[in-house]
Amino acid sequence: MTSPLDVTGSAAEAQPESVLAGVDQEKIEGRSLGQIAWIRFKRDKVAMAGGIVVVCLVLLAVLAKPIEGIFGLDPNAFHQELIDPVLLKPKGSFGGISWAHPLGVEPQYGRDLLARIIEGSWVSLAVAFGATILSVTIGTVLGVAAGYYGGWVDTVISRLMDIFLAFPLLLFAIALSASLQGGAFGLHGLTLHISVLIFVIGFFSWPYMGRIIRGQTLSLREREFVDAARSMGAHGHYILFKELLPNLVAPIIVYSTLLIPTNILFEAGLSFLGVGIQPPQASWGGMLNQSISLYQADPWFMVVPGLAIFITVLAFNLLGDGLRDALDPRSN
Amino acid sequence: MTAYIVRRVIAAIFLLIAVTMITFGIFFLVPRLAGETSTQLAAQYVGRDPSPEALAAVEKNLGFDQPIYQQWWEFAHGIVAGRTFRYGPDASVCHVPCFGYSFKSHLPVWPEIVSRLPVTISLAAGAAVIWVVTGVAIGVLSALKRGSVFDRLSMGLALAGVSLPIFFTALLSLALFSYKWPIFPNLQYVPLTQDPLLWAKNLVLPWVTLAFLYSALYARLTRAGMLETMSEDYIRTARAKGLPERQVVVRHGLRAALTPIITIFGLDLGLLLGGAVLTETAFSLPGVGQYAVEAITDNDLPQILAVTTLAAFFIVAANLVVDVLYVAVDPRVRYK
Repeated sequence: MTSPLDVTGSAAEAQPESVLAGVDQEKIEGRSLGQIAWIRFKRDKVAMAGGIVVVCLVLLAVLAKPIEGIFGLDPNAFHQELIDPVLLKPKGSFGGISWAHPLGVEPQYGRDLLARIIEGSWVSLAVAFGATILSVTIGTVLGVAAGYYGGWVDTVISRLMDIFLAFPLLLFAIALSASLQGGAFGLHGLTLHISVLIFVIGFFSWPYMGRIIRGQTLSLREREFVDAARSMGAHGHYILFKELLPNLVAPIIVYSTLLIPTNILFEAGLSFLGVGIQPPQASWGGMLNQSISLYQADPWFMVVPGLAIFITVLAFNLLGDGLRDALDPRSN
Repeated sequence: MTAYIVRRVIAAIFLLIAVTMITFGIFFLVPRLAGETSTQLAAQYVGRDPSPEALAAVEKNLGFDQPIYQQWWEFAHGIVAGRTFRYGPDASVCHVPCFGYSFKSHLPVWPEIVSRLPVTISLAAGAAVIWVVTGVAIGVLSALKRGSVFDRLSMGLALAGVSLPIFFTALLSLALFSYKWPIFPNLQYVPLTQDPLLWAKNLVLPWVTLAFLYSALYARLTRAGMLETMSEDYIRTARAKGLPERQVVVRHGLRAALTPIITIFGLDLGLLLGGAVLTETAFSLPGVGQYAVEAITDNDLPQILAVTTLAAFFIVAANLVVDVLYVAVDPRVRYK
């Protein structure tokens, strides 16, 4: 180990010019936050694995319909011939796994589980992404407004967030989605169910985002670079959009990623209670709801959608944790 | 201190008033947005094929023809001072706290909810004891032995815990421990007063299932909090003045790390007391949460209003208790 004061190496004997020349050859590049975060993120193997799974899941969800078409999977085709007519459970072990039905079939009706899982993936992710975008938008706008303007604006928005946080969230979401299922916004069927879920989940989860963004804005507002910008004559919108918002991008990305798994669980919970996605449309929560009365006959039927939810939520959580570590050096 | 508590209580009451107003407003507006008229609302109280006169009478008696603010006022007044409903010559007195009568059973709503409260309280309180003890203990140990096998293992498990939907763990535990290996067969709620042993035995699975999720959350939170406080200067000071490590960890580290945990604990417990909806549904426990789901599937407005108001009350009350408890835990908080 050499001490830094020990300047006996070649550097000490080198001429100043050559040192300068060396600097000139290896140009020091500035790295953006994104680049630094990406380098840190690449080192985090667990988060990378989560990220890869998330990408695969998103692809699966986006391409759900074409995939079903190519492989001839029909989520709503009954295969009564595969069901034991007395016990109502699929013939064969593990829920009737076979080449034609790689994840087995549903008890009672014999619908293909793989097709229903794929079908459920796009519903689940569509609701989770939609609700996240909605709540992040409301939360960011109101959070920044409260933190930046302060005064009565802050008081009103903060009280509003207190009121929202005092609501029995799940009860309210259940009641609201149940009473909106009859018809609202001039929509009907699956589009209605998905829109109602996005609206209800997004509308009730914005205060969590709002609180975080308000706190971040409050601390950013007092930082030196904002003072510097202000002293150079910048004001109002310039500070808001050029100084504050770019610094809020990192927390927004991190907390959005962590909000998605919460919303997936929320949607699954509502569908499990029977007020979310309605049959015959396949949804993971809905499949678990069916399995309440069927798990004794066919436990496999419960494991498949349960694992689908678990893997999806875990992948998003790993990705979110990894992004937080990568984007926020103070954490950990 | 007294002045602070009084101020907090007044604020809590205002918060509750706001919550009932919004709840009432939404459930008043939503059926109308879906195109329901006050006559149709009244029709839910009358039997099949009602005469127009009977409908109009019910509509008037229950006040569905009044403007929304007046209906809310009657509702709020009923909770605080009771309410008398008149059906022609008959009158029925609905005692304090009056949440009206169920659309379906025509019985007062409140006694029904009260009869279900012990179930929810048993579930929430039992689970809370388990998750606070295990969650905080695991979190502290993980933080102290950061990077060890124990830390990695428990944090991995905790991440899995927060990623598992509770209704799936509930069904899984039922399938394994009640059906496949019948250690807890025929799960049914038995009141504590009837048979304390059976009460506890039949609640073990719901407790553990609920506590697993929350222990995972609390272990993660406690670990993060402990890591932060244990690197503070005052911890070094405490060590430098020769305190035994146990005292440094418990009196100085844990005490500071626990403050945010207590806030979250208050919120979580308040939320659960208003009905552990998913757990109760999965284990078919006849608690407030199951009641709420039944009320909602029946579209029984008075029941829905009562159960949401009660749930909001628990959340607000829990927050109030937490704020007051802060004095004991965090001496930095000064009340002016």
